[in-house]
Amino acid sequence: MNILALILVMLGAGVVAGLSERIHPAAPKWISLATFIVTLAWVGAFMVGDGYANQYIPWIPRFGINVVLSMDGLSQMLVALTLFLGIVAVVSSWTEVEHRPGFFQFNVLWVMAGVVGVFTALDLFLFFFFWEVMLIPMYFLIAIWGHEDKAYASMKFFLFTQVSGLLMLFAILALVYLNYAATGNITFNYHDLLDAELGSDIAFLVMLGFFAAFVVKLPGVPFHTWLPDAHTQAPTAGSVILAGILLKTGAYGLIRFVVPLFPEASADFAVWAMFLGALSILYGGFMAYSQSDFKRLVAYSSVAHMGFVLLGVFAFYEVGGALVVNEVAVQGAVVTMVAHGFSTAALFMMAGALQERLHTREMSNMGGLWTRAPRMGAVTMFFVIASVGMPGLGNFVGEFLVLVGAFKANIPLTVAGALGVVVAAVYGLYLMQRSFQGTPNPDVPSMRDFGLREMSVMGLMMAGLVWIGIHPQELLDLSAPVVNTLWRVAP
Amino acid sequence: MTGPALTALAPYIVLTGGVTLMLLAISFVRRGPVTLALTLAVLLATLASVGFAAGAGAQLVDDFVLVDGYAHFFTALFVLAAAATAVLTFGYVDRRAAQREEFYILLLTATLGAMTMGAAAHFGAFLLGMEILSISLYAMIAYPDSGRPPLEAAIKYLVLSGVASTTILFGMALVYGETGSMQFADALAGDGALLRVGQGMILAGLAFKLSLVPFHMWTPDVYQGAPAPVTGFVATVSKGAVAALLIRYAVTTEVLAQEALFFGLSLIAIVSMVAGNVLALLQDNLKRLLAYSSIAHMGYLLIAVLAVASAAGPQMAAETGMVYIVGYFAMTLAAFGVMTALSTDEDVEDLAGYEGLFWRRPLLAAVLAAAALSLAGIPLTVGFIAKFYLFAAGVEGSLWLLVWALVIGSAIGVYYYLRIVFGMTRQMEAGDEASPSWWAPATVAVLGVAIVVMGVYPTPLIDAAREAIRGFGG
Repeated sequence: MNILALILVMLGAGVVAGLSERIHPAAPKWISLATFIVTLAWVGAFMVGDGYANQYIPWIPRFGINVVLSMDGLSQMLVALTLFLGIVAVVSSWTEVEHRPGFFQFNVLWVMAGVVGVFTALDLFLFFFFWEVMLIPMYFLIAIWGHEDKAYASMKFFLFTQVSGLLMLFAILALVYLNYAATGNITFNYHDLLDAELGSDIAFLVMLGFFAAFVVKLPGVPFHTWLPDAHTQAPTAGSVILAGILLKTGAYGLIRFVVPLFPEASADFAVWAMFLGALSILYGGFMAYSQSDFKRLVAYSSVAHMGFVLLGVFAFYEVGGALVVNEVAVQGAVVTMVAHGFSTAALFMMAGALQERLHTREMSNMGGLWTRAPRMGAVTMFFVIASVGMPGLGNFVGEFLVLVGAFKANIPLTVAGALGVVVAAVYGLYLMQRSFQGTPNPDVPSMRDFGLREMSVMGLMMAGLVWIGIHPQELLDLSAPVVNTLWRVAP
Repeated sequence: MTGPALTALAPYIVLTGGVTLMLLAISFVRRGPVTLALTLAVLLATLASVGFAAGAGAQLVDDFVLVDGYAHFFTALFVLAAAATAVLTFGYVDRRAAQREEFYILLLTATLGAMTMGAAAHFGAFLLGMEILSISLYAMIAYPDSGRPPLEAAIKYLVLSGVASTTILFGMALVYGETGSMQFADALAGDGALLRVGQGMILAGLAFKLSLVPFHMWTPDVYQGAPAPVTGFVATVSKGAVAALLIRYAVTTEVLAQEALFFGLSLIAIVSMVAGNVLALLQDNLKRLLAYSSIAHMGYLLIAVLAVASAAGPQMAAETGMVYIVGYFAMTLAAFGVMTALSTDEDVEDLAGYEGLFWRRPLLAAVLAAAALSLAGIPLTVGFIAKFYLFAAGVEGSLWLLVWALVIGSAIGVYYYLRIVFGMTRQMEAGDEASPSWWAPATVAVLGVAIVVMGVYPTPLIDAAREAIRGFGG
């Protein structure tokens, strides 16, 4: 499959959507929706017809930089998730955006094109290029269409990601030049750099540069402070994209780059990374519980869920004196990424729908909403339960695999992580209780329940979570080759 | 002087002839459009003659100027920048001055001075080029005959720039006293305390012209007082010429091989990067903000200069410098171009004047956003490629401290560049405003496209730079 064409189609559609607002204010969202459906069908057809796409186009030969795009199982899964959540994002903001709808859809399509690039680029320069490309449209989404405190939130988001991105650029160049000094061959190609021989001290520092960028994006405590602000202030589509997809680019970076490029350094660092993971799970959970803002609560729950990813990816365990990659835990991390994409996107969509109807995100202004909008209540219940980790739904499979795997690596941290599941139940049910159950708030006006448009998207996401929960094998098979082959055993 | 030497000098001869021609022409016809057309014709002819001159290969003419690919590269760049400035100024100067024709002549002589600096191989050419450039700039800055700020800026620039020139001159005298030669190439020969002092004075003078900390005090005031298109020209051509000269000077004289000077210049670079960016944070005036940002950018550029004496080597250093300067020209001219296009009777300087620009003047706002993001070094723009080159040169030359300063400086920089972009996205109810002219927006649109095209596909630019410096410093 022609991955570059896929990205260019999305970029082009963004420009067309941007211009089409002059013809009709509703045109941009239809163009955007159609683009996501068509590209998803395109990728879906490719996935059914199994295969491994690879593209190679010279770009800046001076530095050995080429356009190297490839799509293996992991990339396919994440690209499909990206495009699907593109549909969700467009649908969730169907009636929300009135100001400059064309420029809005332009930004949505460009940020998604950047994400597809991140998930498929196997040239480090190209990867960094896409990493930054997805940043600016996201910034605009928050800064222009965000809520009351958007200026602060968008700036904070940009600064955190940009500064950590600079560290990654520094690390990429250090890696490339150290490899150049050793081999005399200047290249940014991922496969060539896998064989780079670095001294262990310098490898550790370079690894930290990558780790910093990815853990800020993930985000892991203590680099998470941009997330609650950005998620809360972003428009609904922005929150869906941020939580559903952008956080996954951090997780993807850890799996695709940090561990394979620096296996020894990652193994040395594993305990600290797992500690950060467990800390994120607990801290995110406690913070979520103490929120009164619906959206902020969901945002903090993301910190907790992404903690599982960190815990899983770095769950190296000892075999005969050597630390090896923990395939079970990594598979769990991958499943968590996908499942969290669905469940959190749905909850953010719900938060957006509530805000559009009630003009508030404060849960103290809600209460007893189930009686007014039973469909919304049921949908929220489903996704809260999924997010809490109910067996039979996707999130459970992911978190369970992570904990099973991590148990072999570090028992105290695994226990701490497992406690996070309990905390999740507390804040999840608290959210449900405060907003949809309890005494109906007399000040709340009657509100419109979900219609066919919202229910169809929600239904698809529910089906997705049930499918992952009951039959995760297909997802695991998709990512297994990547997890098994890309990872070399640390000595 | 031989035939090939004359061929190599063609751009200089064409431009000098063009200036003479224009002096004659305006004594007969004083009409703006005619003068502008003539100016552009002269610049076009100069650009065309670069291709012709390149056929002669590298020519050292009378031990005075070395007209090689490097010089031609910068000639082309300066001529293009002058052409952009000329178009931007049209309709701008006549609202501020009774006679606008002489302005274009000053623009051409300034360009001639800059071109000479790009080719200088001798202290004589160095000083001659620098003074032709500076004296033209004094008049250009003071050109508007209404209001005091331009005059103040010009006086300030005159006095301080004069001090810098005399410092350089004194330095040259000391170097000459030690080595007995005015040629760059012979400066290698000497070895003595006076030589060191002389070289240090020359570097200090150049640091002043590049507005590096602690010689930067003039920059914000001159930027603010000068008319917007002239500020753009000062920020690009005058600094670009000094930087071009500095790189050649550093390569030829190997002056940075001396640890004290290398260390001193590194310190200046680091302080400039940090101080420029920190001070830019505090500005609410776009001209002053860009002034401090240019201080930081010149600090970045010193990484390329310092790389000359590092493991990266002169070739990589010169290549980095050239790519960086091209990128810096495009984004700085674009920023000041947008300011010019927006300004009618008064320059729109306050950041408040740019609020909601995306909804009022989408094209200008898009270009200014591209320029700001490029200055911040975000991918898709040439600023990223330029910064990438600096990273590459710094890492290859093991200039770790400088690279760290670059990271920190860029991180701070993102904030105030983004402030510009954010202000423009603020929602306002105003409709589309009519533009007073089409040519200024058209020029900045071209610059905006250049920023993006060079950012996405930099290979032609890189190839041109590498082609120009084949055999450079060897």
